[in-house]
Amino acid sequence: MDALLLHRIHFAFTITFHYLFPQLTMGLALLIVILKTIGITRADERYNQAARFWAKIFAINFVLGVVTGIPMEFQFGTNWSEFARRTGGVIGQPLAMEGVFSFFLESTFLGLFLFAEKRLSRWAHWGAAFMVFVGSWISGFFIIVTDAWMQHPVAYRLLPNGTFELTSFWGLLMNPWAWLQYAHNMCGTVVTAAFVMSAVGALYVLDKRHTESGRLFLRVGVIAGLISCVMIIFPTGDLHGRYVAKNQPAAIAGMEGLFHTQKGAPVVLMGQPDMEQQRIDNPLVVNNVLSFLIYGTTSAEVKGLDQIPRDQWPTTLPLLFYSYHIMAGLGTYFVFLMIVAALLLWRGKLFTTSWILWPILLSFPLPYIANIAGWMTAEIGRQPWIVYKLMRTAQGYSTHVSVANSLFTLLGFLGLYSLLSVLWIVVVYRIIEIGPDPVDPPTGPRTSKPDPARELTNA
Amino acid sequence: MGAIWFWIVAVMIAAYVVLDGFDIGVGILYPLLARTEEDRRVMMRSIGPVWDGNEVWLLAGGGTLYFAFPLLYASAFSGFYLPLMIVLWLLIGRGVSIELRMHMDNAVWRSLFDGIFFLSSALLAIFLGAALANVVRGVPIGADQYFFLPLWTNWQVGPHPGILDWYTVIGGLVAFIALATHGALYLATKATGELEERAAKFSQKAWIALCAITVVSLIATVLVRRSTLDNYNNHPILFAIPVLVVSSLIGIRTFSARREHLKAFLSSCLYLTMMLVGACTGLYPTVLPSSVDAAGDITIAKSLTGTYATHVGLIWWAFGMLLAAGYFAMSYWMFRGKVSTDPDGYGH
Ligand code: HDD
Ligand code: HEM
Ligand code: HEM
Repeated sequence: MDALLLHRIHFAFTITFHYLFPQLTMGLALLIVILKTIGITRADERYNQAARFWAKIFAINFVLGVVTGIPMEFQFGTNWSEFARRTGGVIGQPLAMEGVFSFFLESTFLGLFLFAEKRLSRWAHWGAAFMVFVGSWISGFFIIVTDAWMQHPVAYRLLPNGTFELTSFWGLLMNPWAWLQYAHNMCGTVVTAAFVMSAVGALYVLDKRHTESGRLFLRVGVIAGLISCVMIIFPTGDLHGRYVAKNQPAAIAGMEGLFHTQKGAPVVLMGQPDMEQQRIDNPLVVNNVLSFLIYGTTSAEVKGLDQIPRDQWPTTLPLLFYSYHIMAGLGTYFVFLMIVAALLLWRGKLFTTSWILWPILLSFPLPYIANIAGWMTAEIGRQPWIVYKLMRTAQGYSTHVSVANSLFTLLGFLGLYSLLSVLWIVVVYRIIEIGPDPVDPPTGPRTSKPDPARELTNA
Repeated sequence: MGAIWFWIVAVMIAAYVVLDGFDIGVGILYPLLARTEEDRRVMMRSIGPVWDGNEVWLLAGGGTLYFAFPLLYASAFSGFYLPLMIVLWLLIGRGVSIELRMHMDNAVWRSLFDGIFFLSSALLAIFLGAALANVVRGVPIGADQYFFLPLWTNWQVGPHPGILDWYTVIGGLVAFIALATHGALYLATKATGELEERAAKFSQKAWIALCAITVVSLIATVLVRRSTLDNYNNHPILFAIPVLVVSSLIGIRTFSARREHLKAFLSSCLYLTMMLVGACTGLYPTVLPSSVDAAGDITIAKSLTGTYATHVGLIWWAFGMLLAAGYFAMSYWMFRGKVSTDPDGYGH
């Protein structure tokens, strides 16, 4: 097997798996802060109880995020050593800052948030939750600064020996690409958390168990879901897309499947990129829209792949096209679903309308797919460059690590992560099955099963 | 500037060993000292709120190493490919077992994670010790500054050794015994009753082994790399470091005999720090010695990143560390004192 391909699969697999966890925890951290705020300001114990329930789901996802994140930090050196050697002087900075500024913060306050509720005052406990939220969002920022530098290098000097040196600290942190990407990505995390919260709510309501909590989850989840689903398209997705179009024409042409340069370029809603014939098979198109989306006028010319040298085309182009279309297609569906749900919520009919509760319940995996598809779009669109236009991916991997070794560790991660997935599902399922503690414990026998997880947390 | 960053990274690694060291130690002792489910719960609770924060020192230290010395990071991480991946798998197993164990009140489930927790802690200690010994011994760095080490060759220390040879195995044993002792001393400060007694007794027995292996490892290091002594001979004041190692060992013994557990634990922290500082002093200004030819050594000067980055780095690093120290002080203060055994109490 080809060493380069193997290292790419190694990285792509481990990061995709890692990102299953932070995308929930970052969004959920915000929702937990919101729940706790309402709980305190309205003196409504139900919201505190809900926050405690979601904290348990948060904790397990957080730990999986941590243990799968550590390999990411190592893999720049183990699998991409040439890349690490040359670019470490620049992107080592945000990665080190992530550790120093966010992981310490997050882990300390998470300990306090989970283990010390009874020792802290209400507002101090709220503060701990808030700091966990801040820590996880700072962490996301530094990672995106790193990725954005690979997409759109700024604030660097290239030395004759091929290494990059940082020239401006603020230049690196203020990379416009990073801020656009961050805004869009963080909306994506809130979408995931809101969908998961609504789905658990829908489950409880449909199942007529914990209905009180279920309604609360639906209320918060649908409102947060509506706001984040709108924001992920407009303004963040729209602005990000224009910036990509301006700076990575090859990526946008690949995402849209635009083989030929065109005035009044169409948007392809559906179709199959045909690499041999260089066209889209069975296209379903809307004329002029792409030109309008990028340049604000229907007649603008959009660069197609024909203007780009073949050796600079994104590799695995069909995958790029599909990823982008999956993300955007799901994004459109999310907005519709949430608008309908929010309308019903407003009319007071949401909790009794099972034709909407079912899709809410079943849709919770879709934001995960959309977020991963979004990253695939960004990362494949950048190909064949590891640092856009400056260093090729093929120059970046560890030549001293044999194919045998990287295949061995890839298989190891595949096996280990399969086991982790099973444990993750079992444990989260059990937390949902046990459900939130009742607000006023009935004096008779307990209605819900005793929860062994309380042993360590005393939540 | 190079020297500053060398010591910054060294201090962060020392912080990792001292802090995560005690929770790894508790993991090593877990099957040995815990007799009842109650004991196991106390041991878990003694590290529950802090282990993740302790582990962050590894990440922050690694990130800082990457940033300040990209060449060293690239060369060492790809060269030690297999053992690092194994360390990652062990870290995954450990983190997951601490978190998942309590989720089900089921004997099989709990025994499974108890086993993983012990095994991953024990192997982690050995691998970390062996890793450090690899750096001290040196690796076959090629002309392009890269190398690749197999897991083992013929167990001999030569120009082309494996990750594991007789010397690095000694390094692994030092770490294993030192962290087990460290964990027992920590546990003695946290547990009560019989568990506290057992932990204190264990640390006294382990202390003898610790003294023996420390002496063996110091002799072995001088045999394997003579030049370790150069800095010491040039600046005899540095012999204060081995003196501190010995005093901390004496401290562990005396305080532990007087049942002053906290002071004994702090002596053990000093012991670990001084062992690491001693090793770094022996290396300086090399960061990764070559086992083939001293000209191939990766030094601070060769691997340090640009001046601008190291200067701004100093500013945010100092600021960030101040914050981190504050968080740690707060967290350890909140969770100070003995772990409660009352299942509904405040125990953490
Ligand atoms: C719930 C998840 C989700 C949803 C519904 C959408 N996105 Fe997205 N998108 C992401 C999650 C995401 C992401 C995972 O957050 C990405 C990957 C990299 C990044 O910064 O954000 C991303 C990247 C990303 C990019 C950058 C590609 C690149 O960097 O090359 C563009 C242009 C868009 N998105 C555009 C859209 C549009 C127009 C959407 C709506 C119809 C949309 N996204 C919905
Ligand atoms: C190359 C990419 C990545 C690396 C090297 C990386 C590294 C890490 C590491 C080492 C941890 C564990 C930290 C701890 O011990 O507390 C972690 C957790 C985390 N990562 Fe990643 N990560 C990557 C991708 C991402 C992405 C794309 C995001 C989001 C935008 C992200 C967000 C987080 C968050 C919020 C956590 C905290 C733990 C959690 O909430 O689950 N990471 N990451
Ligand atoms: C968290 C979500 C992410 C996902 C799902 C993701 C996905 C992928 C995929 C699918 C590839 C392979 C693309 C290809 O080679 O065709 C890839 C490559 C890569 N990504 Fe990402 N990525 C993510 C975040 C990041 C971040 C945050 C960084 C940097 C900090 C990063 C750095 C890389 C590198 C170094 C490679 C390998 C070289 C390359 O193929 O360009 N990725 N990623």
